[in-house]
Amino acid sequence: MNIHEYQAKELFAKYGVPAPAGAYASDEAEFASALQRLPEGLIVVKSQIHAGGRGKGSFTDGFKGGVKLTESREEAADYARKMLGNTLVTHQTGPEGRKVRTVYFSEGSDIEKEYYLAIVMDRATSRPVVIASTEGGVEIEKVAEETPEKITRAVIDPTLGLRPYQARNIAFGLGFRGEQVKRTIKLLDGLYRLFWEKDASLVEVNPLITTPDGDVLALDAKVGFDDNALFRLPDIAAFRDLNEEDPKEVEASKANLNYIALDGNIACMVNGAGLAMATMDIIKHYGGSPANFLDVGGGANAEQVTQAFKIILQDENVKGILVNIFGGIMKCDVIATGILEAAKAVHLDRPLVVRLEGTNVEDGKKLLDESDLKIVSADTLADAAKKIVNLVSGR
Amino acid sequence: MSILVNKDTRLLVQGITGKAGSFHSNQCLEYGTNIVAGVTPGRGGERFEEKVPVFDTVGEAVKQTGANASVIFVPPAFAADSILEAIDAGLDLVVCITEGIPVKDMSEVKVKLDQSKTRLIGPNCPGIITPGECKIGIMPGYIHKPGKVGVISRSGTLTYEAVWQLTSLGYGQSTCIGIGGDPVSGTSHIDAVKLFNEDPDTEALILIGEIGGAAEEEAAGYIRKHVRKPVAAFIAGATAPPGRRMGHAGAIVSGGSGTAEAKIQAMKEAGVEVAETPSHMAEALLRVYKG
Repeated sequence: MNIHEYQAKELFAKYGVPAPAGAYASDEAEFASALQRLPEGLIVVKSQIHAGGRGKGSFTDGFKGGVKLTESREEAADYARKMLGNTLVTHQTGPEGRKVRTVYFSEGSDIEKEYYLAIVMDRATSRPVVIASTEGGVEIEKVAEETPEKITRAVIDPTLGLRPYQARNIAFGLGFRGEQVKRTIKLLDGLYRLFWEKDASLVEVNPLITTPDGDVLALDAKVGFDDNALFRLPDIAAFRDLNEEDPKEVEASKANLNYIALDGNIACMVNGAGLAMATMDIIKHYGGSPANFLDVGGGANAEQVTQAFKIILQDENVKGILVNIFGGIMKCDVIATGILEAAKAVHLDRPLVVRLEGTNVEDGKKLLDESDLKIVSADTLADAAKKIVNLVSGR
Repeated sequence: MSILVNKDTRLLVQGITGKAGSFHSNQCLEYGTNIVAGVTPGRGGERFEEKVPVFDTVGEAVKQTGANASVIFVPPAFAADSILEAIDAGLDLVVCITEGIPVKDMSEVKVKLDQSKTRLIGPNCPGIITPGECKIGIMPGYIHKPGKVGVISRSGTLTYEAVWQLTSLGYGQSTCIGIGGDPVSGTSHIDAVKLFNEDPDTEALILIGEIGGAAEEEAAGYIRKHVRKPVAAFIAGATAPPGRRMGHAGAIVSGGSGTAEAKIQAMKEAGVEVAETPSHMAEALLRVYKG
């Protein structure tokens, strides 16, 4: 789960991670009081959406820049008015953009130099890893590829936590001296405690900055959490912003379905994540384009299948559906009954190809063949994919 | 022969009285798996299906029954603790079926695991089966057939797909192992490849991978150097949208790898026969293995 920058900054404050002062507003009436909480001087006005590239983005009404800099509070409120309720398009949002529902005002800082700092759960070592780079404000992947020598890493033993020598290595790796080293160690300590105590999957500060006064500050903040841990983190779960998620995905998660919307026109419904991905792949292999990823899980029942059909059919781009179920413990005739009930309940009006395999497969196929619904049954995964691609393309 | 489990495996079920635990324990018993004990704290002294003794602790169950392997059907909030209990009891093999364990918990378990003699399979996996001898997990037993092909996969139903293709074409399996889909897990592709490579009765391998991480590339590197048995592979997720699972820094630590393309390339360079679709996994193997 991802959160907004203003929420991440709240967590930073709680964990003693130094950052410029800030205040947020979700309503025009709150602008003045939010701005009053900032010191005199430069103000940064930042649109709050879950996507990067905000500064270079444009709003759908033509207004340019999701991040603005000004010295006047009146102008800051002006910018905020233009952003709030407006839709921001960045290279990460897709052409439809995201509606800005909150604006974050932040104290402007004198920047001496920009750096990159992150803590991430690393799959290769199964441990948290701190990554720091002397190149801030740019994408870390690019730095890793072009100038890997600018990156310092520390692998952390989760049973010991971040040790002081590791924090020192990072600070010296960034080229810091004296007071800056001490400040960086303290900042890292807070960042790691936040990462660990709140089950984060990623804590990213890009850029981390130094100021002419010798301060080390987190200018931006990006934090993601392990969805599996939210059950024990009610304070973090409360940060979830459903407006930032695809409504179909939200509905699916309520029904315990794992759904991700894509831009193709062949919907698929599969049991198991690996087989679901493989089904998308084979649709593509035979010249089609998948409209979604949908895993109904190992023990899906008729109710879930109905719910899954409803979600799939909300997508207007969908021209056909492929159901691929490997009935293991669950018997194919039971699944077939579920599909028939669901298809009737949602008044299915688009071509449906069903591929069943597993226990009682003959009974299952017979049920489908005998129904008065237009269901095409398929024998293998390849057969199923070819059939739905042909039906959708009108062949 | 086989790897890790066979007819001599003495299995203990952690969470045997729960809904999933009791259902799948029955399925395993039906298949012929030798379940010697169950563990549910507070239910010690009972009998599961009037047959299998239930204990309060794993330590007591091992002492009383000589169990040497465990399977875990415990809810995600408590599963890491169950794995630690099994490691402490000195079990050789622990199979964790539970889906949804926080990564942080597994990160801690992994430290303890590396200091022990226990092998963990999973979590979030279908389990392991040596056809005709021992089934530990949630896979449907009847699709398997005893034979000489080893199958390795992260995913459940995609493994069934491969197994079913093999069985339908008349080829049996030595052992099928589902290593699980979580980012932190006990057994990686490379571990499983090593075990199969050393097993004299496994003649060929099907390896099923997925996008993300670098485990498939590592396994490919090992295959290139050490494996002379025929290997076929399929990598799922070529069409999956990038960046849906992890933010920016995720890619850097694995050195920019993790795409299906990179994994397929690594497999091809290792001389592995790559299946072009998930419907052709067994066919791909039979291009390089005559049985």
